[in-house]
Parts: sequence; structure tokens; C-alpha cells
Amino acid sequence: MVYDAAVFRHEPISMSDPSGAALHGSPPSTEAVDTSRRGFLVQATGAAGALGAAFAAVPFLASWSPSERARAMGAPVELDVSKIEPGQMVTLTWRKQAIYVVHRTPEMVSGLPGHDGQLKDPASKASEQPAYATNAKRTVRDDFLVVVGNCTHLGCLPKARFEQAQPELGADWPGGFFCPCHGSRFDLAGRVFQGSPASVNLRIPPYSFSSDSLLVIGKDDTAQGAA
Amino acid sequence: MGGHSDASLPVRTGFLGWLNKRLPVDSFVKNQLTDYYAPKNFNIWYFFGSLALFVLVMQLVSGIFLTMHYKVGEATAFDSVEYIMREVPYGWLLRYLHSTGASAFFIVVYLHMFRAMLYGSYKAPRELLWLFGMVIYLALMAEAFMGYVLPWGNMSFWGAQVIVNLFGTIPVIGPGLVEWIRGDYGIADATLNRFFSLHVVAVPLILLLMVMLHLVALHETGSNNPDGIEINDNKGKDGKPLDGIPFHPYYTVKDIFGVGVFLTAFCFVVFFMPTFGGIFLEKPNFEMANAMSTPEHIAPVWYFTPFYAILRAVPDQQLGALAMALSILCLVVLPWLDRSPVRSTRYRGWIWKLALTLFVVSFVSLGYLGLEPPSPLYTLLARIFSVIYFSFFVFMPLYTKLDPVKPLPARVSYDHG
Repeated sequence: MVYDAAVFRHEPISMSDPSGAALHGSPPSTEAVDTSRRGFLVQATGAAGALGAAFAAVPFLASWSPSERARAMGAPVELDVSKIEPGQMVTLTWRKQAIYVVHRTPEMVSGLPGHDGQLKDPASKASEQPAYATNAKRTVRDDFLVVVGNCTHLGCLPKARFEQAQPELGADWPGGFFCPCHGSRFDLAGRVFQGSPASVNLRIPPYSFSSDSLLVIGKDDTAQGAA
Repeated sequence: MGGHSDASLPVRTGFLGWLNKRLPVDSFVKNQLTDYYAPKNFNIWYFFGSLALFVLVMQLVSGIFLTMHYKVGEATAFDSVEYIMREVPYGWLLRYLHSTGASAFFIVVYLHMFRAMLYGSYKAPRELLWLFGMVIYLALMAEAFMGYVLPWGNMSFWGAQVIVNLFGTIPVIGPGLVEWIRGDYGIADATLNRFFSLHVVAVPLILLLMVMLHLVALHETGSNNPDGIEINDNKGKDGKPLDGIPFHPYYTVKDIFGVGVFLTAFCFVVFFMPTFGGIFLEKPNFEMANAMSTPEHIAPVWYFTPFYAILRAVPDQQLGALAMALSILCLVVLPWLDRSPVRSTRYRGWIWKLALTLFVVSFVSLGYLGLEPPSPLYTLLARIFSVIYFSFFVFMPLYTKLDPVKPLPARVSYDHG
């Protein structure tokens, strides 16, 4: 239907004309339409509506963020590391992620620098870890490796393959982790080997030792701590 | 609209007269079915569009009934699926119809898409029809992925982990985006609940809307056909295309026959091999989700494996995810990559035929490789086939111009034998 422009020109509609002839048959008004004013009003109305829609979307989008309960469940967890035998690994959960705690033997630690040439990021420059774990052994204490177990590729859990020279991993395998999903390989400091689909080393969570044997994951001495 | 004033419509009295004055039933049936002309030379490839519509309805119906028994939540989901399988009368049938229906949906959609490539159905003036189809395909992938998470088996969980983490490879916003999608620090109850909502409400609504737009666009341009020429270029004295026949009754009958053949094969799978040897339903998914135990070998369901193989073939995580996204998006821009003056493969030259063959071989091979655990040989093969896959699209503007095409016929070729 084509609207009669007269309707928009605020011409008085005669109340004594019940047939509505004024609506349909009135002569064209001589008053010019201010198109730039109309264009401005249309754009301003559109912009205000879009802004309102954007604000209205915020609660819906924000409802997808972790809830207060999920955040509370992400509190720090503790582990008594004196119960872990040398060469053994314990897995626990913190914030839905698997945390691997490996009690490294002196031989495991001394073997770490031997294969730097085969690693993608031997100095952990591109990888994610707290400042206190940005060192060659990626730990606070040489004897305990604490890493997020979830592969930095797509989140699978790499398997512990601590024995050297395993048949499936080759004669020069120095011991470490192997991801069964996509074949990423990591050493005993969680550093990724070349040829793996993962680009960076396993992540190190924030952690600290509150005593000689008590490991606290998710809390450290720095300000950002468990943020 | 004034459809009721059309002299060619039946004269209605009584209830139908009352109805047609208020709802354009007769004029709709005439315009969209009995007086809607489709090319008379459709072949077997033209079954899959109507079959896709049939499977969509089947999925909606079986899904509605499954929702009556399924209990969303990380503590209840897995058990409720087992309850459906063991204790709900015919619950096993509802579930296997739905799970087999998902695979059947992708089979008919892939064949439907291949038909479009075979006969150039995406070319002008049907680009928008193709784009609506691609949105349907993308929505279907989202629907299938989220549906696979709902039983909360161990493959559901780790599949969700892998797919959601793909978004983490996006620079800067990635990690925050992943947390937002999951609603927790890992795949959790919150993730399962929102996937349920999207799977049963949001995505089906999008699918229905897009299917409607796909059909409206189809009826505006009319169907392409195996010869790739326009039937509207040859009209009789009555203004009807000489090479067209009314959609109803001719193609409705043909499509119902197609549904019969489809159901025969489909029901055989539902009754005798619903897991299809671990391809339609993977074995680790009969074990409950466990965040502390990754299955030995993670593979998505078969319909995602070509893209998954491309993801794994790239030795860099960000580039791998990018390649996977591009491998799907390449299909979207197909109408603008193909510069051939003819539509149908029947009148294209050897270059196109070779390219299309290589594409199909690489797509199927990648699909196989994506199902298998990674090994050095398979990774090498996946890289070779990925290069072929992308070459098909990247060089298409070039080789479709060089391709020696044959002259087009004036009328469609149709063998009455």
C-alpha cells in the first residue's frame, strides 16, 4: 500500500468528513518535505534503538560467564607432597583442570637440559607460567613439577611416559608425556617437542609451598595469585 | 494479494469457501505445487533435498519425545539416557532413530551438496539459495555437535573439550571466549545445560527459518537440472516451460517413493546396526564423562572427520584451527570461485572433471584419516589430501576459465526409455 504523504504532513483532517475523503483525496500540500531533517531523525532513532538493543543484550551474554558458584568452586586446593614417591605422579583437579604433580628424581632433573635442541620453546618464552616458574626446570623446587595436565593443543590429558626409550616414542625418548589424541609430546618439565601439534609448553598453574610438604595450587605469594 | 479472485482457482463454497477468503490455501497450493514447474529431467541426485526435509521432521519428532525422558545435568544426563534405553517403552527406538537420524541427515545433506557441485546449482542466479543452504549446514554441524554432548558419555565430554578449545586458538580473546562458552573453568554442568537449551530450542528454530528461506529462494529461481540450462528459456504458448512438469503430483510422488527407499535402508541400520560399528555411536560414549580420563583415541563422529583431519594435519595449533575453519568456509564462497560459463559437469571439460574427482577423493580420504589414530604415514597423507582439498578451491577461478566446455543444448536431454 502506498501511503498518502498528506498523512505525514499533519494536515488537519476534517471531523465533518466521515467518509475520510480528506485522507484519500486531498490536494497535494504546497509545504515541502524536509528530507534531511527526516533522514536525521530516522538515523538518530535507529542509533538509539541499536544502542538500547546492545545494552539489553548485556545481561543475556553475561549470563554465560562462570556463575558465583563456579567461581567459589575454583578455590585453591592443597596436596601433601611427602606422600609421593620419587618418580611417581599424582593427578588432582583444580578448576576442572587436571593438575599433574610429579616427584622428579635427581636423574630426571639432570636429564632436562640434554634435549633443548628438539624443543619448540626450551626457555618457555611463548608459554604460560608464573614468573617464578619461568626457568629451565619450570618449577619452584627442582624435585616437584606442577603442571596443568590438559594438553595446550586441545585439552586432552597426555599420558605419563617417564621411562626412557619407549618403543612407540623412539630410542632417544628422554621421558615425559605423550598425548594420545593428537600425538603431542612433552618432556619432564612439560616442554613441548618439535613435531607436536601443540605450539606451547604445558601450562603451569599458580602454586606455592605453604610448608616443606604442603603444596597449595591456585595460591601463591604474588599479588595476582589465584586471580 | 487477491488470490481468491484468480479465475483458475476452484470455486469454493461452504467451509472451504469460508477458509479461502481468510487464508490463501488454494492459491498457495496452485502457486507453489500444482502450477510450480520443475525440470522434467531430474535424476536420482534430486532425491536428497526432499529426504533432508523428511529427516529434519523425523529428528524434530524423535527429539521432542526424547526430551520428555532425558534429564539434563552432569549428575543425571548419562543415567537418563540409559533409562531411556532400558526402561522407557520403545525408548531404545526413539534414541536410535535420533542418533541414526543425525548420521542420515549428514549423508543426505552431503549428497545434496555434491549434487549442487555436480550440476553447478550454486551458480547465478542461485547463489543466495546456496548461501541459505550453507547456513543450514553450519547450523546442522552446531546442532549435531551439541547433541552429541547431551548423553554425557566420555566421548561427549572430550569431544566438547576439543571443539570448545578450538575457540581458544583465536588471538587475544580466545581464552576468555572459551571460559564464556563453557560457563566454568572446564567443561561442566553449565556447559551441558546451555548446549541442551541450544540443541532443543535455539538451533532448531534457526534451522526451520533457514529451511523456509531456502525453499522460498528455490521457488523464486526454480530448480536447476542435470543439464544446467534454464527451463524458463523455452516456454510454450500457454506460458509454461516446455521442459517442466508440475511439482505436484509428479515430483511429490517421486519424492514419496524416495522416502520409501530411504526408510528401508534407514530402518535396517536402526534395527540391526545402530552404532554402525562405532561410527555412528562411538564406544567410549557408553562410559560416563570423566574429566580425569581421556579416551585412548579421540575422534569426532564421521561427518566432522574430513575437517578434523585437516586440523590435525597442520603442525601448528592456531594455523590448524584456521585451516579447519577455512576448509568449511571455502564451500560458502563457491558461487564466486567458479567462473565456468556452463553449470553442469555434463558440458564441462576434462579439467573440471579431474578437479571434482580429486576433490571427492580428498574429502572421502580425509574423512577416513580423521577417524584413525595419528601416525606418521597418515599425517603425511592427510597433508597431501589437505593440499588437494584447498587447491580445488584456490585455483578454481583459474581452471574453470581454462576448462574446454562443450556447447549447451537448447532443450534438456531426456530419455523416455
